[in-house]
Amino acid sequence: MNSQKFDHFVRRFVDLILLPCIGLGIVLVLWSISSATWAKELPSPTKTWEASKPYVVEPFAKRGEMDQGILRFTWYSLQLVAKGYVIALLIGTPIGFFLGLSKTFTKIFDPLIQILRPVSPLAWLPLGLVLFISMGKEAGTYGALFTIAICSMWPTVLNTAVGVRAVPQDYLNVGRVLKLSRWKTLTTILLPATLPYMFTGFRLSLGISWLVIVAAEMLTGTPGVGGFLWQEYNSLIYEHIILSIIVIGVVGFILDRLMSLVESRFKTA
Amino acid sequence: MSSFLEISQLHKTFPTPKGPLTVVEDFNLKIRKGEFIALIGHSGCGKSTVLSMIAGLADISEGGIILSGKEVTDAGPDRGVVFQSPCLLPWMTAFENVMLGVNQVYYTASKLERTQIAEYYLSLVGLGDAMHKRSSELSQGMKQRCGIARAFALSPKMLLLDEPFGMLDNLTKMELQDVLLDLWQRDQKTALIVTHDVDEALYLADRVVMMTDGPNATVGDILEVNFPRPRNRKQLLEDPAYYAAREHLITFLEERSHHRPHRPAQDRPPAAPAPSAGGLRKLFGSFAST
Repeated sequence: MNSQKFDHFVRRFVDLILLPCIGLGIVLVLWSISSATWAKELPSPTKTWEASKPYVVEPFAKRGEMDQGILRFTWYSLQLVAKGYVIALLIGTPIGFFLGLSKTFTKIFDPLIQILRPVSPLAWLPLGLVLFISMGKEAGTYGALFTIAICSMWPTVLNTAVGVRAVPQDYLNVGRVLKLSRWKTLTTILLPATLPYMFTGFRLSLGISWLVIVAAEMLTGTPGVGGFLWQEYNSLIYEHIILSIIVIGVVGFILDRLMSLVESRFKTA
Repeated sequence: MSSFLEISQLHKTFPTPKGPLTVVEDFNLKIRKGEFIALIGHSGCGKSTVLSMIAGLADISEGGIILSGKEVTDAGPDRGVVFQSPCLLPWMTAFENVMLGVNQVYYTASKLERTQIAEYYLSLVGLGDAMHKRSSELSQGMKQRCGIARAFALSPKMLLLDEPFGMLDNLTKMELQDVLLDLWQRDQKTALIVTHDVDEALYLADRVVMMTDGPNATVGDILEVNFPRPRNRKQLLEDPAYYAAREHLITFLEERSHHRPHRPAQDRPPAAPAPSAGGLRKLFGSFAST
């Protein structure tokens, strides 16, 4: 290995492994100090690891409804998120297109959207439960889906609208000169030109739907990482709260990375 | 003289907060079939606006345009437009960009025939080897070659070119002017090019139409350019008549473009003196380019 290559290798090692580890170390130290001094109920890092071990070592075990491996819980949560997220995209994308295309549509619905957008998932959930009360036992699941969809829809709606408005007039003029039909203009010009914006919206929406799932599971008690977290809080097993938080964070991070990859593919298009 | 394109009493008015603003006023022009016309004027004088109205991309405020017996009301593929920014769809290849138009115009032809038409024009403009590259990967000059191919492949009645070479370096520009002239001669098209390049106008056109400064811009003068075709750049530069014509155009742009042409008093009231503010001119520039 020549020295230049070695230098490069060292720099990458420092950047990608050493420096992030320092950050992790600082947090672990603060965490240990806190649990030893002012937050007596907070389990220390080692205690957390010991209590979490069965859930991590056997991530897909199923010992009972609310006693399952952590990845199994994650898998339940991801399934619920996927459903809610797809609903959000199916509803949000067309709304975004209409907002981008029609000024009248924007004037009618934009104020409403601006008011509904900042409402917290915790506020939507009870409404969702009430809406689907006729579903009986399934009310919780539908309520959760409703909450995920309505909370995660907004970035898709707004980014799609911005994307449609940003389509250069020149491209549309090409369509007019060629006398493309409305449908052809939509599929060959508007949609491809808007795709990069749409995917930015899709990525942000995915982040939010993952954020919402935990809250939804906590309140409805459906099995999943969020439900597990809330149950373990009630059972006074605080180590598992920390385990759940870490898993939620890691999964959220992975989802965001994956979407960025997809997004960057469309950016270059 | 039978006219192929007739523009009569064309007006373009834009609403502004200070009331309507007439950018183009009483623009009259007749173009013969097969003729190559260059429209020159200062930037922002409204020449692109005139072209947009012929293309059907901008509304006509007053007056009318008749193209081979039919009034222009909307855009359509019977007028091939070459835009200043080539306006290719960047997610498609050069070939697909041309095919988009060919599919629209030759919808009755077989797939093979349509492909051949697109390939024929792409190879004529020198993109034979690069036609399957994504248009975002093409150089500016290649993009504009593709833009020209797309316009010709529509087999339009007329070609409209809106400062097509304005964004190119000089060498590429000269190459593309030759590509354009070659295709024009081959297909016998009627063409209108908007430019502010005096040499380009003289090299390409049969007649150079000079526009006065906006607002209220109109035809200020028309110069017949009678150099024999096919034209040769070198011969042209050796011809004293070329310099006389050049002189004529430059004098117009520098001195006379500020004045509206004289007209008989009883014909219409004298035109209001044109505001001399440079800021206003910029304002029109932005209008004209939208």
